[in-house]
Amino acid sequence: MIERTFTVLNKMGLHARPAALLVQTLQKFDSHVRLRRDDHEVDGKSIMGILTLTAEYGSQLTVLAEGPDEQAVIDGLGQFFANQAHEA
Amino acid sequence: MNEPLIHEAKVFKGISASPGIAIGKAFVLEDMDLAVGRWQVPPEAVKAEVSRFRQAVSDTRKEMIGTQQKILKLLGKTHARLIEAYLLILEDPLISKDVVKNVRQNRVNAEYALSEAVAGAVKTLESASDEYFRERRHDVLDVGRKILLHLLGHEPRNLDDLHEPSVIVARNLTPSDTIHMETQFAEGFATDIGGRTSHTAILANSMEIPAVVGLHEISRHVRPGDMLIVDGHTGTVIVNPSPDMVDNYRREREIRLAERRDLERLRDQTAQTLDGRKMVLAANIDAPGETEGVLANGAEGVGLYRTEFLYLNRPSLPTEEEHYQFYAKVAQSVLPYAVIIRTVDVGGDKLVDLGFPGLSKSEPNPFLGLRGIRLALKHPSLFRDQLRAILRASAVGKVKVMFPMVSGLEEFRAAKALLGECREELRRENKPFDEKMEVGLMVEVPSAALVVDYLAQEADFMSVGTNDLIQYTLAVDRVNDEVAHLYEPLHPAILRLLQQTVKAGHGAGKWVGLCGEMASDLDVTPVLLGLEFDELSVSPALVPKIKKAIRDLEFSDCQSLTQEILKDPSRDNVQRLLKQFQKR
Repeated sequence: MIERTFTVLNKMGLHARPAALLVQTLQKFDSHVRLRRDDHEVDGKSIMGILTLTAEYGSQLTVLAEGPDEQAVIDGLGQFFANQAHEA
Repeated sequence: MNEPLIHEAKVFKGISASPGIAIGKAFVLEDMDLAVGRWQVPPEAVKAEVSRFRQAVSDTRKEMIGTQQKILKLLGKTHARLIEAYLLILEDPLISKDVVKNVRQNRVNAEYALSEAVAGAVKTLESASDEYFRERRHDVLDVGRKILLHLLGHEPRNLDDLHEPSVIVARNLTPSDTIHMETQFAEGFATDIGGRTSHTAILANSMEIPAVVGLHEISRHVRPGDMLIVDGHTGTVIVNPSPDMVDNYRREREIRLAERRDLERLRDQTAQTLDGRKMVLAANIDAPGETEGVLANGAEGVGLYRTEFLYLNRPSLPTEEEHYQFYAKVAQSVLPYAVIIRTVDVGGDKLVDLGFPGLSKSEPNPFLGLRGIRLALKHPSLFRDQLRAILRASAVGKVKVMFPMVSGLEEFRAAKALLGECREELRRENKPFDEKMEVGLMVEVPSAALVVDYLAQEADFMSVGTNDLIQYTLAVDRVNDEVAHLYEPLHPAILRLLQQTVKAGHGAGKWVGLCGEMASDLDVTPVLLGLEFDELSVSPALVPKIKKAIRDLEFSDCQSLTQEILKDPSRDNVQRLLKQFQKR
């Protein structure tokens, strides 16, 4: 299992559109992915789950990936979180 | 003479979602009741119940994709993306797996299992502290409602019957409702639920029609054909207003429309006082996508392009090419104006993951620690690719570069030396760049402001970052409630540093700008003019207001005001003079 923490840099937080992009990104992988904020943990492939994280601008999200392509999941999310700030 | 039947005017308060005033007849969108019963499914029928549910989900998906295609054609990508979120909710394990599980395990009907799953998700979202996320419960509810309609075999409701100009009243409006709407007939929206980020708000803003949301039960109190006033400025809706009220609102609407026409006319005008003093009015941005707003609001270029975002949240440094793509795009899109790129201004604590030695996650005092130009000079490899990319971008547009957090001459010289090395490299590689690219610095550390006459000799321009300058000079953390009252932009010490900076700049024949928050304070605009700043840079949306303020001022009045203030810059006197000036 790999664990890594990212900061949400989208000014409006992880709202519907970025959350949707995140789910679409994760759906491509076979690994089981959980997202955790403080004590709240959800399925990374569930958009409703992600929305209940209410990850606002600046919040820290921990990703826990487990499965055959867990490294690819973390790399993919690295890309995702690096790109989010450039969204207008 | 027959008296017309008089209805009592009723006033509803909600959330203003889109500005403007609409006066018209109500078109009420019928809503359907979502209450569903629970019943037991016989064991032999469970399989059929599950496939009935799956069929409903698949029918809903087809309907949504159809809607998405239409929205894409009519309203463009941004709106169509809203449907993407709906589709993901539809495919969410909470619905696709949990509902089926509930039907199988408890042998309940699909409608009931669905309403339980939706209610669970809604409950969690309701407890969110952020308004945006609380709002999303309506998306979940809407998707649930759509599946339910398919389960029950109802026709989806829509706005097909809207054939004359009307104010639309509904419990809520979703993309699939509004897609059927003939937009020229929609004069305004008034809905029971929703917030500033709801579909209703987004749509109303892009159609530029007034909308008030969050009116609770208005859809139950309005009958089709009732007269309505929707005031999108104050979030008020009046049902059956008196003729006087209608007259008043008509007048106000005229005034507002005239104001808006004025602002639009302003876009192509310069920021110039009545007696001809010009100010360059530019905009601050964080990302290339924001340049559209820069030009749309009539800013003369970008006065501060912050580049921090390029560095954050990534396991490795951005490459020169990545930098270049962003800078070239901004430089080209703001032509014929210039962009001032500020080199990276992050704290070392944010870059620990990049593996630089000596960076610590917990500096005891990050604001006085390794950040801005200090960090860049300590780790030139962090910086070199950025400088090369900025230079290369100067070949495709008008680019200026500016260094943050400079505290004295040595740092500025060291940064310029590094830039010189990059120029030399590019020459050797035959890569084009603008040999005359202006090189400036942020004046935001008090020590820089105190030796600004030396700096002005060696810089092409200077731009004051008031946020940091104020907090460092007054030793006040604005976020700390206990001392926030001491954060005074017009403190005599700040005024003195501002005046000194402008004088030093002009004495050396250089221009001086201001890109901190102080530039967006309309009360202070006359003082900044009076201090003779050459450029102000504010967020794009504020440009028209500042421009209007400048165009309504006499430079000579601003100069006298500033002289008066500098004679006795005590807080009470400054406040008194500013008040007196506004009233004149």
